[in-house]
Amino acid sequence: MINDASVLKQPTYYEEVERKGYSRRDFMKFVSMITAFMGLEKSAIGQVAKALETKPRIPVIWLHFQECTCCSESFIRSSHPIVADILLDKISLDYTETLMAASGTQAEEALKNTMTKYKGQYILCVEGSVPLAADGVYCMIGGKTSIQILEEAAEGAAAIIAWGSCASNGCVQSAKPNPTKATPIHKLVSGKPVIKVPGCPPIGEVMAGVIVHYLAFGKIPELDRLGRPKAFYSKRVHDSCYRRPFYDAGLFVETFDDENAKKGYCLYKVGCKGPSTYNACGVMKWNNGTSYPIQSGHPCIGCSEENYWDNGRMYERASAFPGFGIEANADTLGKIALGATAVAIAGHAIATNIGKHTTIHNLEEEGKESEHELNV
Amino acid sequence: MSKRIVVDPITRIEGHLRVEADIENGKIKDAYSSGTMIRLLEEILKGRDPRDAWAFVGRVCGVCTSIHSLTSVRCVEDALDIVIPPNAELVRNIMFCTQYIHDHVVHFYHLHAMDWVDVVNALKADPKKTSELAQSISKWPKSSPGYFSDIQTRIKKFVESGQLGIFANGYWGHPAYKLPAEVNLIGLAHYLEALEWQKEIVKVHAIFGGKNPHPNYLVGGMACAISIDDVSGINAERLAYVGQLLKDGKEFIEQVYIPDLMAVASFYKEWASIGGGLGNYLVYGDLPTNGYRDLSHYKFPAGAILNKDVSKVYDVDLKKEEEVQEFVTHSWYEYKEGNDKGLHPWKGESKIKYTGPKPPFDHLDTSKEYSYLKTPRWKGNAMEVGPLARVLVGYARGREDFKAVVDKALKDLNVPITALFSTLGRTAARGLETILTAQWGLEFYDQLMTNIKNGDTRMAEMSKFDPATWPKTALGVGHTEAPRGALAHWINIEDQKIANYQLVVPTTWNASPRDNKGQMSAYEAALIDTPVANETQPLEILRTIHSFDPCMACSVHLYDEDGKTISRISVIGD
Repeated sequence: MINDASVLKQPTYYEEVERKGYSRRDFMKFVSMITAFMGLEKSAIGQVAKALETKPRIPVIWLHFQECTCCSESFIRSSHPIVADILLDKISLDYTETLMAASGTQAEEALKNTMTKYKGQYILCVEGSVPLAADGVYCMIGGKTSIQILEEAAEGAAAIIAWGSCASNGCVQSAKPNPTKATPIHKLVSGKPVIKVPGCPPIGEVMAGVIVHYLAFGKIPELDRLGRPKAFYSKRVHDSCYRRPFYDAGLFVETFDDENAKKGYCLYKVGCKGPSTYNACGVMKWNNGTSYPIQSGHPCIGCSEENYWDNGRMYERASAFPGFGIEANADTLGKIALGATAVAIAGHAIATNIGKHTTIHNLEEEGKESEHELNV
Repeated sequence: MSKRIVVDPITRIEGHLRVEADIENGKIKDAYSSGTMIRLLEEILKGRDPRDAWAFVGRVCGVCTSIHSLTSVRCVEDALDIVIPPNAELVRNIMFCTQYIHDHVVHFYHLHAMDWVDVVNALKADPKKTSELAQSISKWPKSSPGYFSDIQTRIKKFVESGQLGIFANGYWGHPAYKLPAEVNLIGLAHYLEALEWQKEIVKVHAIFGGKNPHPNYLVGGMACAISIDDVSGINAERLAYVGQLLKDGKEFIEQVYIPDLMAVASFYKEWASIGGGLGNYLVYGDLPTNGYRDLSHYKFPAGAILNKDVSKVYDVDLKKEEEVQEFVTHSWYEYKEGNDKGLHPWKGESKIKYTGPKPPFDHLDTSKEYSYLKTPRWKGNAMEVGPLARVLVGYARGREDFKAVVDKALKDLNVPITALFSTLGRTAARGLETILTAQWGLEFYDQLMTNIKNGDTRMAEMSKFDPATWPKTALGVGHTEAPRGALAHWINIEDQKIANYQLVVPTTWNASPRDNKGQMSAYEAALIDTPVANETQPLEILRTIHSFDPCMACSVHLYDEDGKTISRISVIGD
């Protein structure tokens, strides 16, 4: 995918790190951390280190369309100092409207230069969706529509990263009635790998991890069938939730700030979407492991799932509870749980007062299946 | 003969902004500001659960993250007559202060500094002299000659690599850069330091709201239950963590941000007479100390100032139809009864109608409609909102805390108070209010600790959370001071659902196109007479525009087409 010969003269990551005064020990610390983030075995540490020592730098173009810039903000929250340094200095971030010094003509020139000079080699990152209504006039930059800009930039990209829920599934502006016809990136480009990194925003270290994976191995991370990196999106928030034992024991917060909330019981009944949300929040947590929504007492709102804005009211979830576990395949469960259970309840009259014991049993089984699937 | 130049995209802002300016004899004679992206969130909110609105409108902006969510829960609480517990108010205030500390520092170093600091020139600095200078203005420990020499070496090699990344095509060497090489090096070093620092202070949001960007809020209070004897709740460890983060944040503000701001400002005093613009300022106020409803006890007092006259502060009443109105004379919208009259948000209506050129295009026809932003006016006046407005209103209201920081800064720079009405004044005011919010954050933290110690652990008022308890119709308004200025949301609830939801946003006040009388808004007015040394390099335009800290995603929105009337609204001003 990357033409190594043409970019061999560029310094490697290790050379850059060394040049900046970091020690070999710092470098290896970073390597082992990022290896763990990528969900790899310890035995892969050597491989990652070697890749970072020998692979050349890669130019990155980061476009901004219909978005709120939370992805860029999350990206700069990436915790490890070397990660921040490498991503801001070492990837050669040649175009990003949020941080670049140049504006106007000079900004457009920077974009054009990289597209020409590194044709077929740069990573294209896209933050935001593309509005297709009214011939694209709902998002214009430099007098061009976002779809025009995307098409031009995608042509020479080695790979495309769709940052966040906007670029992966349209996010809030694509919620019904989607007045601007906000469209995610994978529906607009063809013939290129598109890595979806959903979440509103994605966790900073996940964003760093995706880029570093590409840099380290020269190929995109392994994706699930929805196009998300398996390393970060193969487990449900529910599967890795520290409050899971309360769920299994049937102990729930009934209303915010009640006695059960103070005891840290499960937030399922006040709307937690953890059981249908694939993300790394429970494992990696947010802001360098400080906390994550469930830990702070608020239900997961499912921000990394497609159509999460149209999956019913945020704080009402209990009605979907009984249907849980009817789907044997955990991978499809997360995708269809909300819709499927609603249909199951309404259409097939599945018992609405199913016993808690049975439900928990089902969920335990489902958890085991999920676990089994992951180990395969 | 003037020459039209276009700057699009304006970078180092949130969102998509275009400026067209006419230059004559090296100065801007006329200017036009255009917002070029729209998402129509209000349309999407219709029919949804009002308790969920904070999550939708929170996504209006990820830079001023949290602030739209705060405004949203306030407007729903106003509609449903919910009074939140004192602890929830304190937690919201602490998160508010955290947001200011983060947002203003990131603005100064990462969005604004490169307008004043020449990165390439920093390579010429003497690290020893840089160290002496740094130590003379601050006791910040990272200031040895070795520290600055390491950074210089690192940047030198970076520049030599030929791949300049985000620094590529910058305006380095432009004659408007005035800083000595040593000050440039300090600025550059702290650009990098602040980039690492900024990810720390936001952990306060992660503790109370689960994550940042986009922490979670809750109608009725906050979801973070206080439970000092449980690992899951807000306990001693979590509170100690918050305390430490606030303390560290305050230290960075006082020892890095402010000394740098003052050092940079001292070399650009000519910018204290450039970019003043309107001279009218509007503030809704925030940081309640006696409950949100008691407007007389806000840390940021509300009010309006006209024609730079700080001897008189006007009260502001958002419910009066003649006070806040929005015009669409030069916006891509269509009003039923013609685009020449303004409408109060109660009667707001919108039908989008793009009449601009078909892309790709080189120029907008600025004599007609030229932006997705509407044009808000207060009693017919164009108003500037933001840090400068807040600092001026605080000062004009005679508040000692404001007076102390303002008078000290004016004395240190040896400039009169009129220096505030400028590009430099706007940038300085942002720093000055950060000093205050960093102090207030710790005050609120101490009050929270005292409350808990006294046995009050309530964090949410949930008696009206169930929609079954709501009246058939309810109307509310919530206001705040976003980092970029006065912000308010209006809601109309019918049958437990959102019938209408409206936002009037700071950057809409500042960045909007002309009104029906041809009056400019703040950006356009501030650009007039700005010198432009090199027409192909818009450095001076960026200085003034960045001094407002544009946030375009916030500024573009659409009202309910039917324009439902709202009959009840909070009174702003005391």
